[in-house]
Amino acid sequence: MDAATTMKNSDQSTPNWDRDPVLSVEHLTMRFGGLVAVGDLSFNVGRGDITALIGPNGAGKTTVFNCVTGFYKPTEGRIVMRHGPGRQQDDVETLTDSGQRWKTTGNGAVYLLERMPDHEISHKAKVARTFQNIRLFGGMTVLENLLVAQHNPLMVASGFSIGGILGLPSYKKAQQEAVDRAVYWLEHTNLVDRADDPAADLPYGAQRRLEIARAMCTKPQLLCLDEPAAGLNPRESAELNELLKYIRDEHKVSVLLIEHDMGVVMEISDHVIVLDYGVKISDGPAEFVKNDPKVIAAYLGVDDEAEIDMPEVREDLAKVTGDEPAKKASASKPASAAKKQGAAEKKSGSASKKTGATKTSAAKAAGAKASAAKATKPRTSKSSASKPATSKLAATTASSEKAAAPAAPKTVAAKPKTAAKPKAAAASKAAPAASEIKIANAGDYPGSQPHGTKKPRAGGANNLTRVKGIGPANEKKLNALGIWHFDQIAAWKKAEVQWVGSYLAFPGRIEREEWVKQAKVLAKGGETEFSKRVDKGQVATSVPGKRGAQPKKKTTAKGGKA
Amino acid sequence: MAMTGSNKAVAAQQNDPNSFAASVKDAAIAGLLVAVLGFFFIGIRTDIAPGGLDLKMRWGAWIISILVVFAGRLLLNLFVLRTDSPLTRKFADAMPSGTRFAGTGKWLMRALFAFALVLPFFFTTFFPGKDRQFIDLAILIMTYIMLGWGLNIVVGLAGLLDLGYVAFYAVGAYSFALLAQYLDIGFWFALPLAGILAACWGIVLGFPVLRLRGDYLAIVTLAFGEIIRVVLLNWYEFTNGPDGISGIPKPTFFGLELKRGEGGFADFFGIAYDPIQRFIFLYYIIFILALITNFVTMRLRRLPIGRAWEALREDEIACRSLGINTRNTKLTAFSIGAMFGGFAGSFFATRQGFISPESFTFLESAIILAIVVLGGLGSQVGVVIASVVMIGGIEMLRNLGFLQQVFGSGFDPVQYRMLIFGLAMVLIMVWKPRGLISTREPSVVLKEKKRIGADMVAQGEGH
Repeated sequence: MDAATTMKNSDQSTPNWDRDPVLSVEHLTMRFGGLVAVGDLSFNVGRGDITALIGPNGAGKTTVFNCVTGFYKPTEGRIVMRHGPGRQQDDVETLTDSGQRWKTTGNGAVYLLERMPDHEISHKAKVARTFQNIRLFGGMTVLENLLVAQHNPLMVASGFSIGGILGLPSYKKAQQEAVDRAVYWLEHTNLVDRADDPAADLPYGAQRRLEIARAMCTKPQLLCLDEPAAGLNPRESAELNELLKYIRDEHKVSVLLIEHDMGVVMEISDHVIVLDYGVKISDGPAEFVKNDPKVIAAYLGVDDEAEIDMPEVREDLAKVTGDEPAKKASASKPASAAKKQGAAEKKSGSASKKTGATKTSAAKAAGAKASAAKATKPRTSKSSASKPATSKLAATTASSEKAAAPAAPKTVAAKPKTAAKPKAAAASKAAPAASEIKIANAGDYPGSQPHGTKKPRAGGANNLTRVKGIGPANEKKLNALGIWHFDQIAAWKKAEVQWVGSYLAFPGRIEREEWVKQAKVLAKGGETEFSKRVDKGQVATSVPGKRGAQPKKKTTAKGGKA
Repeated sequence: MAMTGSNKAVAAQQNDPNSFAASVKDAAIAGLLVAVLGFFFIGIRTDIAPGGLDLKMRWGAWIISILVVFAGRLLLNLFVLRTDSPLTRKFADAMPSGTRFAGTGKWLMRALFAFALVLPFFFTTFFPGKDRQFIDLAILIMTYIMLGWGLNIVVGLAGLLDLGYVAFYAVGAYSFALLAQYLDIGFWFALPLAGILAACWGIVLGFPVLRLRGDYLAIVTLAFGEIIRVVLLNWYEFTNGPDGISGIPKPTFFGLELKRGEGGFADFFGIAYDPIQRFIFLYYIIFILALITNFVTMRLRRLPIGRAWEALREDEIACRSLGINTRNTKLTAFSIGAMFGGFAGSFFATRQGFISPESFTFLESAIILAIVVLGGLGSQVGVVIASVVMIGGIEMLRNLGFLQQVFGSGFDPVQYRMLIFGLAMVLIMVWKPRGLISTREPSVVLKEKKRIGADMVAQGEGH
């Protein structure tokens, strides 16, 4: 155990959750009719760890919980609960083949949760849970709630009620022990003064604590908490953190929690798993996950600066700008490098006239320098920003985003000069109806490339970030395609949506986020809920203010809806 | 300025809905409505006359009804509806509230228990002429109390609305009747068997309805109740169908029959035979059976199974997350409730000496459920009060012969019992929507016992 604790979080090759998982979810798929809520999901929950399951709304977190606790029968997949140390892989395989639901082993026992009904999962496999919308027995007292949780041992002690009806002393003793355990947990959840009050009378935060106390009274080995900090004030959140740490450290109970409060997640989690649309997109220690660009992109619902760093995006941008692969590294940094590039250009004495078909070596050098700077700087700034443990993930990304925001307009202005123009010359050979922007491998993507113009119309481009789902990075990419205005997006047909979706490497998202519908509203001068928030500067990932041309307001009555 | 002030006051008085003028106006409108409606229903009467019908105007009755409504509405307006201090509020203040009722309930229960203990002797001493009638009524009320307590387990504790409870009553009654007829088994031996058989039926009924909730559960249990009755009605070879079973043996006192002459109860103890002895004996049987029902229910409430029933009523999903097997828990509620129904049925058979399917119609289920609901779901004392009021009250109407002197010789108050019954139910539901005793007593206490108000307590499925 000592070795395990010292190795925890330090040895990245075999983290605790892979070495000693209390729960393994393997290839879990849950379909509701045609909807795949969870698709082929696998993860481990380490013994003695606090594991957080996070993701945007509708990512399938609660579905995973319901599968683990038996409220849903998974469509496919295996869920293994282990009592006793180690993976016990041989026992798990024999159990799977045997068709049994559980098996006692030399080390303890293994349970296949997908085969067990919900009440057995709590009773036998010792998995307890709480609910997103608190489910207490409101008309029963706090103490009664905790005694109901000890139903199974008390039933045995009462001789399945027969001994209890006769009033045997053994039952009275068992009941006293149950009350003592209840009082123990009431003391640790600070509820002992309210023991004789009906649960429905408690304030919200106390109800959340009571639900945890009730789950702990079932003596679980794994505690599943569905948004335990939802609706708590900061002080209550801090108390919750202490309670969860206490449960983990003193009772050796592993905790799996769904949480949106990143303060809670980042402070107490040993292991974080991120879901998006039913698929795991990141898995690792809190520090790792926090800086994972995929997580940031998915969690905030828009692309981030950092996504540009992802190789596939870089490649796409390289194609857009028409550079040869050799120049990729230097030329593919327009977004982040722009500001520094400007500085570098001044330093190198270049007039920064990059209108020509060829690039100067000076520019190339400047680009290379800038990319080098970029490679180190944002990352360090981000990790330093995230050091205060209570800072939320959103806040962290927001700060880096704000730094990037001023850079964006420059690149937008610069790109058509550097990239689109030379390409346009080449594109003149193409069909006249096609986009003015020629993409080298446009045919690689399904659907058809939308019509784009080399330059925004008179008055300048629209602020595309006012569309929910388009961040500065996407805006840049869209501008590179010659998409400058809302009405251009509004005119997209299915084929174009498909093409852009696949080009931007997130198929399906445009439909999901209803870009076209939003753009239609915005093009008419209307407002969506999101655009209002952008204009107020509430959306960290969008550019606030009235940057770019405002669409002419035709009717106020046609204002958009969310 | 003073003028405008007083003008304002006058105007306010005129617009004030609580003013005397407004009350009179409102009452006049009510009187007008009665004049229009009552003209045809009260004012005109058709009589058979030679050669056809004859229209007879009853102006007197018509005017009296208008005046009665006008006066009644006016009084209501003045004292209840259009006044700043309604009389009803004073009544409500005078009535003990839910939590204050707790102590009263305890003392009421003790007083009722003491009275029930000596009840037969009370009647033989103070009403020697009518003792048989009163003790018979007490037996009937006690049977309904027991049925109410049995159903209270299913509906009040577990929160499963059962509209077919009378089926278990029927199973118990027919179990004893058929066992006696075919196997010649006596009451005391048949009583547990009848309970077990009814409990089995409870499980049989419980299985298919486990997955049902709310209205669907109620409809299916209602259908099961009817199925049992229809089977008893149509299985002529076995149950004698609508003819029923007669000659069901009477219970014995440790082998002593309560009969006249040699070897009887009176003869053995050397006392004079009196037919009332059999009624007193029957009364004590049902009294003890009801006490057992109450004792077991109260004990079960404090046991894990009882808490699981109540938890099931509160939140079934949370129960499952805590490892409670909701299927078994529901089945135990159904079967234990059914068992007490079976005991009561078997007692019913031996008391009547004759049973037929007609005794087990849906109306019986409805009355038992009404007793539970009126008394307050989950409340044992409430069931007692509701039984006394509903069963006793209806039967007492038969004794109101003096009313004939008021309303004329054709007046039979029993004909109005359903009307009064319905009115009483409406009043209670308006006044106390969660039943007479609507607070819940916690099953376990750490420091201080606090009763839980009805607004906190869930009502379970189908309410």
